[in-house]
Amino acid sequence: MSGCAIQVRDVSKSYGSVKALDGVSLDVRPGEMFGLIGPDGAGKSSLYRIVATLQHPDAGSVAVDGLDVASAYRQVRDIIGYMPERFSLYPYLTVRENLEFFASLFGVSVQSGYDLIAPIFSQLERFPDRRAGALSGGMKQKLALSCALIHRPRILLLDEPTTGVDAVSRSEFWDMLATLRTQGITIMVSTSYMDEARLCDRIALIHNGRILDTDTPARLVASLDERLFDASAGDMYALLSQLRGYPGVTDCYTFGATLHVVADASFDPVAATAALTARGLSCVSITPAHGDIEDLFIKLMGHES
Amino acid sequence: MNDDKVISVDGLTKRFGSFTAVDSISFDVSKGEIFGFLGANGAGKTTAMRMLCGLSRPTAGRGSVAGFDIATQAEDIKRHIGYMSQKFSLYEELTVRENVRLFSTIYGLSDRETAERAAIMFDRLEMTSMRDTLVSDIPTGWKQKLAFSVATIHRPAVVFLDEPTGGVDPLTRRKFWELIYRASSEGMTVFVTTHYLDEAEYCHRISIMVDGRIKALDTPAALKKEYGCRTMDEVFRSVAGGAVRGQ
Repeated sequence: MSGCAIQVRDVSKSYGSVKALDGVSLDVRPGEMFGLIGPDGAGKSSLYRIVATLQHPDAGSVAVDGLDVASAYRQVRDIIGYMPERFSLYPYLTVRENLEFFASLFGVSVQSGYDLIAPIFSQLERFPDRRAGALSGGMKQKLALSCALIHRPRILLLDEPTTGVDAVSRSEFWDMLATLRTQGITIMVSTSYMDEARLCDRIALIHNGRILDTDTPARLVASLDERLFDASAGDMYALLSQLRGYPGVTDCYTFGATLHVVADASFDPVAATAALTARGLSCVSITPAHGDIEDLFIKLMGHES
Repeated sequence: MNDDKVISVDGLTKRFGSFTAVDSISFDVSKGEIFGFLGANGAGKTTAMRMLCGLSRPTAGRGSVAGFDIATQAEDIKRHIGYMSQKFSLYEELTVRENVRLFSTIYGLSDRETAERAAIMFDRLEMTSMRDTLVSDIPTGWKQKLAFSVATIHRPAVVFLDEPTGGVDPLTRRKFWELIYRASSEGMTVFVTTHYLDEAEYCHRISIMVDGRIKALDTPAALKKEYGCRTMDEVFRSVAGGAVRGQ
């Protein structure tokens, strides 16, 4: 099919008895920032390896820019830039050597791709002769991204680029991705941080090898149609135990500074506040809440099991 | 020293050559407290935690953990604390029961104590039917809960959790924190690092390390008020945003 940057159709992949991918289908549109959101073991890296032509699916097909990843793998490799989950550079080569090596693999010069990587690479220019293995985590990540971009790929595949990275560096990394997106590069990025979902144009939620849902973050959040409340009290753990068995409450879980209460029509927050206070809880507050991707993920996981 | 202080450090410092990884940090953690130890990458968290666990000797300063001196009684500290990290916690090629037995023996529990505590643990975790399954074959969520229970089978005064929930799904992450709440309500002190800032809200107090020093330390509510932020995420960015290291 034309019009898709990446088209995944009914892809399955097993390793022995473990089913890593179970009939996965998705379309990534040209120029979009597409997020693959799911926990460790969901199947994200397996899907990346298949799209990156490094592994065959057991069933199903994948096309990149209309090219089949199995039969046209050489052409596909020129189109994509792939940054695997694990640090993928040569630790004993210097910053400059790594960049030159990856450029030479694709038969291009560092100069020809330099303007694209300049905003990312500029902080590394201060130490071109430092070995990649001696860089800090944030710097390794910037070098790996530069190496994945040096041949000017149209499609960038990023597998969990922000895992284990602190909140400040994570947000800097997403700023870099936003800049790349304005250059027309299609980005498929995976993450286990649900809060990063809202930075994508569209996302697919993946769990146990299956896609739970695909849409824009806003539309997915809007699909949460239950009544949702924020609840807090002096003793949050006691509040959690009490609300779990409370009439009308279908689910209750921690959510940052508050609890989220999923409830049916019979639940009256005012009456519940009074009842919980009467049971000895202090400072009880139950107010309407807005859900987010994490609420949706919890709900969809519940449907699965 | 006050008996209520399970961790107490004063001017704790670690230098590697000319590099000061941990630069004179001081704080106390009380019995039953959930203490969140946050910081940017490279801030010195791991080095500080290694000193608290008796794995690395401080260059300067002093401190005690679970009633033992971190400079002179490191071996006693190792026996009286629990430790769990995302990277290592259980032996995958041993069964659930074998892991429990291995750790309880390392911690010096008798056969009878091991059997008793294992039975209670399996019952609480609803894992009795999985006792003879290899750890590599049990789902992530169960592994997390088991790892925490094994790390605390000797009922230590304090358990150190190093990014225990990295990459874990939102439901499992929450179930894990309920275990932490319960341990804390039973009087165990919990010292935890995390990159999930919503989890920082669950801690009684939070410290934020920047470039080897503790830049902020208070309850989540007080920190949000002090920095005029709505969430701990904003507080963290505001405090750690100026970090020099890790760049």
